[in-house]
Amino acid sequence: MSAVADPPKVAADPDGKLADNIAYFARALRKAGVKVGPSATLDAIAAVKTAGLTSRDDFYWTLHAVLITRHEDDAVFGEAFRLFWRSRELIEKMIAMFSPKAPPRQSEREKKRAGEDRAAEAMFEGAQDRITKQERPEIEIDASLTVSGNDVLRQKDFAQMSVREIEEAKRAIAALRLPSDWIATRRFRPDPRGDRIDPRAMMRASMRTGGDLVLPKFRSRREIHPPLVVLADISGSMSQYTRVFLHFIHALTEKRRRVHTFLFGTRLTNVTRQMRHKDPDEALADCAGAVKDWSGGTRIGEALASFNLTWSRRVLTQGAVVILITDGLERDSVDELSKQMERLHKSCRRLIWLNPLLRFDGFSARAKGVRAMLPHVDEFRSVHSLEAMSALCDALSGGGGRETDPRWWMNAADRAMAA
Amino acid sequence: MTSKLPASIDETEELLDGQNYVADRALATVLFLSLKMGRPLFLEGEAGVGKTEIAKVLAAALGRPLIRLQCYEGLDVSSALYEWNYAAQMIEIRLREASGDTSKDAMRSDIFSERFLIRRPILQALEGEPGYAPVLLIDELDRTDEAFEAFLLEILSDNQVTIPELGTIRAAEPPIVIITTNRTREIHDALKRRCLYHWVDYPAAERELQIVRRKAPQANAELAAELVAFVQRLRKIDLFKAPGVAETIDWANALTELNAVALDPAHVSDTLGVLLKYHDDIQRMERGESREILAEVKRELARAP
Repeated sequence: MSAVADPPKVAADPDGKLADNIAYFARALRKAGVKVGPSATLDAIAAVKTAGLTSRDDFYWTLHAVLITRHEDDAVFGEAFRLFWRSRELIEKMIAMFSPKAPPRQSEREKKRAGEDRAAEAMFEGAQDRITKQERPEIEIDASLTVSGNDVLRQKDFAQMSVREIEEAKRAIAALRLPSDWIATRRFRPDPRGDRIDPRAMMRASMRTGGDLVLPKFRSRREIHPPLVVLADISGSMSQYTRVFLHFIHALTEKRRRVHTFLFGTRLTNVTRQMRHKDPDEALADCAGAVKDWSGGTRIGEALASFNLTWSRRVLTQGAVVILITDGLERDSVDELSKQMERLHKSCRRLIWLNPLLRFDGFSARAKGVRAMLPHVDEFRSVHSLEAMSALCDALSGGGGRETDPRWWMNAADRAMAA
Repeated sequence: MTSKLPASIDETEELLDGQNYVADRALATVLFLSLKMGRPLFLEGEAGVGKTEIAKVLAAALGRPLIRLQCYEGLDVSSALYEWNYAAQMIEIRLREASGDTSKDAMRSDIFSERFLIRRPILQALEGEPGYAPVLLIDELDRTDEAFEAFLLEILSDNQVTIPELGTIRAAEPPIVIITTNRTREIHDALKRRCLYHWVDYPAAERELQIVRRKAPQANAELAAELVAFVQRLRKIDLFKAPGVAETIDWANALTELNAVALDPAHVSDTLGVLLKYHDDIQRMERGESREILAEVKRELARAP
């Protein structure tokens, strides 16, 4: 911040000073994690010139209009603005320079400090710390590890996977044929074997012969992959499977757009951004870093409720398929779980439940949680091994036999209980 | 009659106010900037906070035509930009054949001429006369797909479109573009970067009361104050869908129709469907929570002078 530490300039060239300060402010925002490109800085300067400097409030919203493009950044902007422009009553000074008569000061006076430049700089560093702290609330650690329903906050490293295990997983996933699930969109593409007439292409082609020959052209519907939303359980009983499964999700995320990943134990974490790392190890390490409740207890109902409330309307659009990975052993209220499952089922195109317990021959849908969830899923599958993953690819590609039909499992359990 | 663009933030506020749109300072600022800098305005927010209304009000206040493009999945060039009138083209070809006129060049230039062009919203918006550029409202952009966003980039940054058979059409005066989204999907940063972004939030109690007074003038003052306080409180508890301003106005009108002069529990439970649109939310309110909220609201209003 060298220009800030250059007071004589203020009187000499107010315009230059303003531009400099806006540029520094933009840079500070960028440091705080807001996406601000160089062109946005130029826009900001232009905007301030357009709007003029009349009050602190207007100045705030002028900069906000140009520099912020996401609602999530509002809080960061507010804090950064307060800290950056407070320190030296910069705005008031600039307003005074801009207007022929000085307007009344709108913000409360602050004492001028000695060495204010250094202070401003230091304060801004402090502001960043505060911003990050605000965004990641401190989490209380529950020391009672005896009951698995507790909020056990442990960070687990993916490196704990044995070398052989990792190798095996990587090899298998690389060899995996990714699912070819396609859904038709309302867009068209030219297709000689299409089933619809394409009048635009016909007319254009006919012009080549001056309209003598109007030959039919065809088009068909364009197909795309539907969005995929993965909700994976990372509680103690599930973390083994989820870890391997995340490798699979990573491979998918790389190959296609719109794959959203959420992890839940006692709370829900969106790790979509972390999964976008090119390197799978790095991506999974990032996930582990982002999640605070690795291998803790589960509250499936609560996690689904928070997904339904905050995320479902943002990620489940345009025919999304949901993959839910959990053992369904719920300790909290089963009613709540059933209600949330119903809502989830109704807001997606297809809900696939992957349950590792299914690999046991004697598995029967008797647990209360499982029985609450089963009526609301479209498919019920196993995910205990890498072979099961290729089965999952087939499942996403469509099809599935009797053994994936949730109703069959319900009926089987009913019979077993009656006997 | 076209009015001039506002020259300051205050004037922008007055302009909206004149059309009965009660805007806060933040919105007036961003709107003023967008008009002045000629940049599209990107409005994001929950359903029913008055995003679409801004475009309508602006068009009415400035005396400009409003051109609306409602987005939906699969929106493509032929329904957003232009389409050729194929039937008419075919007939034209047949007529020419019948009359023995087969000059290729003449045919080509005639068949693809403006006579056979069907103008869709975006093309219409680009053909405004100087000083009379229309307001182009691109509504609910999140409903369409990424491909359409990419298509918008060219139009928003250069104010021109290319029609292969006809050439490039450039706007004499760029339209005033307003884009709205409900955030059912994240819009790409490349598009947002070209716009001025504003998150339209639920209004504060005071502003909402003003809005109700303007939009539902029949409701008496006491009722208006109570229902606004009630709605404000509803937004604080985590409902699946909090009521927007549009719902508040509807509710005020509904209660007026029922000749209510003040809120009472019976009225609230009868008309809850106007305010809340999810069964879970309504059930939760009916279980007694609405009574508690109402009691609190009454107590608070009684305490205030």
